[in-house]
This record gives sequence, C-alpha cells and structure tokens, in this order.
Amino acid sequence: MALLQLRDVNKHFGGLHVTNAVNLVLEQGEIHCLIGPNGAGKSTLFRLILGEHHPSSGQISFAGEDITALKSFARIRRGLSVKFQVPGVFKGLSVRQNLEIALQSRLSGAALAKEIDRLLAFLNLDAEQAQMAGNLSHGQKQWLEIGMAIALKPRLLLLDEPTAGMSPEETHMTGEMVRRLNAAGMTVLAIEHDMAFVRQVAQRVTVLHLGQVFAQGSIDEIVADERVAAIYLGQAHA
Amino acid sequence: MTGFLSLFRRLEGPQTLGRGPAFWALFALVLAGALAYPLFSDGYTVGNTVYFFVWVFIALSLSLIWGYGGSLSFGQTAFFGIAGYSYGILTINFGASYGFTWIALLLAVGMAALIAALLGYFMFFGRIAGVFLGIVTLAVTLMLERFMAQTAGPEWRIGAARLNGFNGMSAMPPLTIPWFGGPIVLFADVGLYYVVLAMLVLVYLALRILMNSAFGNVIVAIRENPERAEMLGYDIRKYQLITFVIGAALAGLSGVLYTVWGQYITPSSMGMTAASLPLIWVAVGGRSDLTATIIGTLVVLSGFQALTIYGSQYALVFMGVLLVLTVLIAPNGLVLGVINWITKLVTRRKQEAA
Repeated sequence: MALLQLRDVNKHFGGLHVTNAVNLVLEQGEIHCLIGPNGAGKSTLFRLILGEHHPSSGQISFAGEDITALKSFARIRRGLSVKFQVPGVFKGLSVRQNLEIALQSRLSGAALAKEIDRLLAFLNLDAEQAQMAGNLSHGQKQWLEIGMAIALKPRLLLLDEPTAGMSPEETHMTGEMVRRLNAAGMTVLAIEHDMAFVRQVAQRVTVLHLGQVFAQGSIDEIVADERVAAIYLGQAHA
Repeated sequence: MTGFLSLFRRLEGPQTLGRGPAFWALFALVLAGALAYPLFSDGYTVGNTVYFFVWVFIALSLSLIWGYGGSLSFGQTAFFGIAGYSYGILTINFGASYGFTWIALLLAVGMAALIAALLGYFMFFGRIAGVFLGIVTLAVTLMLERFMAQTAGPEWRIGAARLNGFNGMSAMPPLTIPWFGGPIVLFADVGLYYVVLAMLVLVYLALRILMNSAFGNVIVAIRENPERAEMLGYDIRKYQLITFVIGAALAGLSGVLYTVWGQYITPSSMGMTAASLPLIWVAVGGRSDLTATIIGTLVVLSGFQALTIYGSQYALVFMGVLLVLTVLIAPNGLVLGVINWITKLVTRRKQEAA
C-alpha cells in the first residue's frame, strides 16, 4: 500500500524550475533513499512533503488523504516526522527537556519520564541527559534530533542527510538505528550522500537530477546504471 | 484533586530558578519582610513602594514574551496605556460604588488583552517575527501616543471623560472596596500596598506554574528553534498569540494600577522613553527568568529613582550606559549572571566536600 504519493509535483521559484513533474510512491514499511548531485532538488522535495513550501502544481497524498494544502504542523500530527539537515535541536535546553517537548503531546507523568529514559538509552545519550543540547558533539546532536523525530511515533520518518559530519563508525550506528526503527514498522525516506549508508539501509533508491526523477530501483541496479554514474560526473547530457 | 496537586509541583522546574526547601524558605522570609514592612514605615513611603511594585507586572510581561518566548515587543507600553485610559474612562463615567472599580479593572485589562489578540493575530498568523515584530509593536505604541496627545479639544470625550490630550486624564476614583461601615478607598497607602503585593505574589506563582507546564515548554522551544517546534506538531502561531495576550493583560494590569496609584494617566506613559525603560530593567535583571526579572526591575527602578533627584536627564543617560554594559558583559542579565555564578560556586564547594 502506498503511504506517500506525489503526483506531478512542480515547484517554481520565479523562473527557476526546482521540482519538475515529480511522481514518487513510497510503500508502507520500506526504507527509501533519495540521492542525486547537489542542486538536484532533494531538500526542496522534502520541504514540499513537509509543507514548508507549497507546490506550484501537483498533489501530495499521505495514507490516502490529500495533504497538499495542509500546514506543516497538521501534516506532522497525521504521522509525518523529520530530522533536518542541520541539526535542529533546542540548544539552550537540556537533552532531557528536548525529548520531553517532543513527547509531551502524547504522554505525561510517569509514562513520559519512562519513555524519555527509554529513548535516552536507545540514542546512547544517558550520560548527557542533563547537558545543554548546544554542548553536544555534532553526531550526538544528530542522534538527539532523530530521537525527537521518532518520539512522535511517526508512520513516515523523513531524514535529511542523517549522517552528515559523522565518523564511519557513527554512520554505521545510525544505519543500525534506522534499521531497527524500520523493523518496528516505521517507513523511512532518507536523503543521503554516503553510499555506504545507502547500501546498509536502502531497500529502494530514487535518483533525482535537475528536479526530475532520473532513475529508480534497488541499490545494485542504481550502482550498475551508467547514466547515474554519468550525472554524478557531470556528463548527463554528453 | 491530583490534577490540582500537580499544579503545585509545577512551581519548580527547568524554566525557573530556585527549587527545594532553601529557596522556598527564602521566599517565605522575603514575603514576611514585605508583609511586615508597613509596620516599620510611614504611609507616604509605603505608597511610594507601591509605585515600584506597579511596574513589576509590565516587566514580567516582557520576561514572558521576550525572555521566554523570544519575541521582542515594544508594545507593552501600548497595552499599559490602553488599560490605564480604559480604567479612567469607565470609572469617571460609572463611578466607584458597588465595587465597580474592580469590574473596571477587569474590563480595562480585558480591553488590553482584546486589542493584543487582534494585533497578535495579524502579526503571528502573518508570520511576522524577529526584528519586524519589534518594529510593528513600536509603531503601534508611538501611533497611540501621538493619537492621544492630540485629543486636547473638548470634542475628544467619551461620556463624561475628557481625554485631555497631552495633559492626560486625572481624578479617576482609586480602587474602592464596598464595606458595611462605608467603602474602603485604596489611596496610595498601606491598603493599596497589600492589595498590589497580593497580586504580585499571585501573578509570580501563577507564571512559575505556567512556564514549567507543557505550555511553557513549547514557548521556550519556539524561542530556541521555531521551525523545529512546528515540526514536532505544534501550531506555534497559536502559542505565540496566547503568550502575547497574557503578556498584554499583565502590561494592562500595570497600567491600571499605575492609574489608580497616581489617579492620572498621560500619553507620555506610551512614549519612546516609557517603552524602552522596561526593556532595560528586564535586560539588566535577566529576561529569561521570572525571579531575576523581578529583582532586576526593583533594583534598577529604585536606583533610577534615586538618580532622578539629581536630574532626570542624567538618570536616563545612566540607564543607557547600564544597558550597553549589560549587553557587553552579561548579555543574559546581571542579576541572572550573579545567581548562576553563585549556584556554580556552591555546587563546586559541594563537589569538593564530597
């Protein structure tokens, strides 16, 4: 069953055609990676899905409902969640409070405290819970934000470069985290440049180029596709 | 019942300084001192102290909107003026009998809140934020001052109440409690002192509860990162609007109390100077904490008052210098800085002892 569906989605900024007739179907339960050279329109596509931008034309539906006109917070409440490219944690608040703010709309009291503890353990941030989130290392901030995103128990988790700035070891741990979440039933759409990560988690890959869907398939099919290799080397039109 | 009790647990939390028996013992001590103070002083001095308390409400409103919510508002004095004038117009027209002054107080505060709701709706739902919010609110304040200043003519009257242009309104009745042996009129004296002190304690504790609640969590989250807060499913415009309205009501309470204290209100209470002074008290104290805000406001205000004796121009220049120094040395506020420094010292001592 399709969880998220984009139909002929276009986005212009003035004369700039950033997203060009994108059709994308995300199946319930899959881990789907979105790759493509810089400027391919990946982050814009995320912003369209999240409602930070509204498409110039086309339709976005989630779990069978047309969400094209909905505001961001309303889409989140329907089961979307996101981790931004630049970690968007609440820097001046403690790690624990960051998670509390993410969790408090569905839990309270002892259940809330228990769930915070469980998430802290899952994110390997037990020892840092009283620290200001702004004092965490870059990788820890990424994890904290992933924790805040999954605290909402979303049906679809959007990850914008979840491993940017992480060491290979941290990248691998993040990959395992994503796989565990997926095993528990979460559908994931991730923008990622790190091909080791894509290989580790992706069940399907979509390549975006110049605002259009350029190729789609399993990671092996994508890697074997000479046209994809070519656009990364800047020879798409050669 | 458990819901009611859990309110009291919210008196302490991550958003407010001070916790545990030591803090509340100190709080009780300060409160006892404040209650006993009129016994050791004369009515005139006590009446002057009320003047300082009156300003604390507008300072708390700025702490709420700016310190906790992250939106710098120059509009607090506008709400101060709206409520002050509303109280004057209502009581001059309808008198003070049957406890009407208290209804007028509520209506005047409600008027400030209503106008804040309208203005806030267009600002927050129009996604005006940051420095632009400051500009819009400042414009509203100054327009209101200019407007009231030109109401000198006899045509500017509402019922029996002349607006009186730059001279402002005066001679409205003070707060009056209807009583069996004749009404008790609260002039700027011991009676008014206790009423305002009670309001102050109530507002302080209520704000502590509010800021440590789930609502307060969202408010500080919006200050830290509005995009992230929205992407956790919060309609941040609603939270900002509610905070703005509560802040306006507090500023309005200040305005009404100022009006009943001196029995006058003029357009200059909405001017540029009036709009910037509360910002200085709050910035110097430490805007992101209620307690630091109150201490800072009372200290700076009494210092300002003492300096005014030597010339109000110099006092204003000193205020400017104080603001610049605060921004350079302790951007989070001097009082808050000192409190944090002491806390750090104490914890280090404890760790060394352990």
